[in-house]
Amino acid sequence: MSGSWPLARRSQALAQRGAIFTRIRMFFQEKGYLEVETPFRIPAPAPETQIDAIPSDGWFMQTSPELCMKRLLAAGYPRIFQICRCWRDGERGSRHLSEFTMLEWYRAQADYRVLMDETEELVRAAAGGSGITYRGVQIDLSPPWERITVRDAFLRYAGTIAESALSGGTFDELMVEKVEPMLGMGRPTFIYDYPASCSALARLKSEDPSVAERFELYMGGLEIANAFSELIDPVEQRARFEAEAAERLRQGKPAYPMPEKFLDALSGMPEAAGIALGLDRLVMVLLDAESIDDVVAFTTEEL
Amino acid sequence: MYTAADLRKGLKITIDNEPYIITHFDFAKPGKGQALYRTKMKNMITGSTLDRTYRSGETFEPASLEDRVMQYLYKEDDHYCFMDNSTFEQIHISEDAMGDAKNYLIDNLQVDVLLFREKAIGVDVPNFVNLRVVQTDPWVKGDTSGSDSKPATVETGYVLRVPPFIEEGELITIDTRTGEYSTRVKG
Repeated sequence: MSGSWPLARRSQALAQRGAIFTRIRMFFQEKGYLEVETPFRIPAPAPETQIDAIPSDGWFMQTSPELCMKRLLAAGYPRIFQICRCWRDGERGSRHLSEFTMLEWYRAQADYRVLMDETEELVRAAAGGSGITYRGVQIDLSPPWERITVRDAFLRYAGTIAESALSGGTFDELMVEKVEPMLGMGRPTFIYDYPASCSALARLKSEDPSVAERFELYMGGLEIANAFSELIDPVEQRARFEAEAAERLRQGKPAYPMPEKFLDALSGMPEAAGIALGLDRLVMVLLDAESIDDVVAFTTEEL
Repeated sequence: MYTAADLRKGLKITIDNEPYIITHFDFAKPGKGQALYRTKMKNMITGSTLDRTYRSGETFEPASLEDRVMQYLYKEDDHYCFMDNSTFEQIHISEDAMGDAKNYLIDNLQVDVLLFREKAIGVDVPNFVNLRVVQTDPWVKGDTSGSDSKPATVETGYVLRVPPFIEEGELITIDTRTGEYSTRVKG
């Protein structure tokens, strides 16, 4: 029995996790979204500099269902969602699992601001209540949630401007050490308008092309979701992928094939916005769990 | 050589030519950003702590530490002298490097001496040691102060709280991990 103890100990967390998933599916059903399934194993992941795919017999385990779901959007499916496993090589910590569960949803004729509102509704529906306590911090879920630009967040919490942090190579460190711990305390925070270079697949803001229409949701200092207004220009998307692929090579990382079928489909894709939400993390916050290990049936180490 | 991806709690690495043990470790990765490895570590010589964040690709030299069983001989000025029981080699350890272990050193006590680059940097004493009480005030019957402990000095000069019934000359067991009284040794 000793080998089953860590699994049995999580029975309450897994029951609550299941209930959260049910509420999420009901939410999307009521909003007219279609639940879809796309393949986990794909020939070419999006060539993003900092996301590493796990190879699988010449192909790759998906790092996100993003490319396949956008092909469905381009094929005329206006509202789709998916709950699926994703894999990212080398990511393991108290907030990371190399195999984790993602909720992605895409909506045609919408931008990232529409998705901020919809994310508020979704998380409130998933929580099944108006407030939670995470790691001793009360988080009030009643809208509106805090909205702050990346520029203002860096000024306020890191004492510098995001552009100089980027050019000085300290953006990620400052984000992790100074900015993230301050986000989503008291109520959830949307941090938005990321520097253009941090957003490989997002549309640039027409009134300020130095930033992209991308946001992240934080609750209690924990990053929960990433969203953007989709870039639908195949020429610009190819150029961005080539730049990311070149940066991967420069850093000595393996090259990925160019996702040509996705690029082909992009020319037929409507204006749209999409979001990826880390479900294990959301369950962590809703259950006040210290580690991501506490809210999944198995961790890699237990297999 | 370790890389940042090898970092974990308990790993011992060399930084600026000094041995550190990692006391806290976590992986962080801001959205679409690079992997960061956050550590807290303790200098194994001075005990000072350090918070450092590393990126993937950084490398670390392991701290090669050696444990040797030795016997305590005597104290001279601010140094403590130990002898390796198998080679009869004698080494001196400074009072600073001894830490709390110096509270429990009685003649011939067997300890584990920790060596870094052949220099002694610390001493592990057994979890429990027996020491004789050399001074404590007598317990007055009918004491109404309500105190359930009193100070006592043991043969090494260490002072700790003991129960009121402990008398001078008695042998007591001390838990060296907490520095607290454990039991009275009968007989």
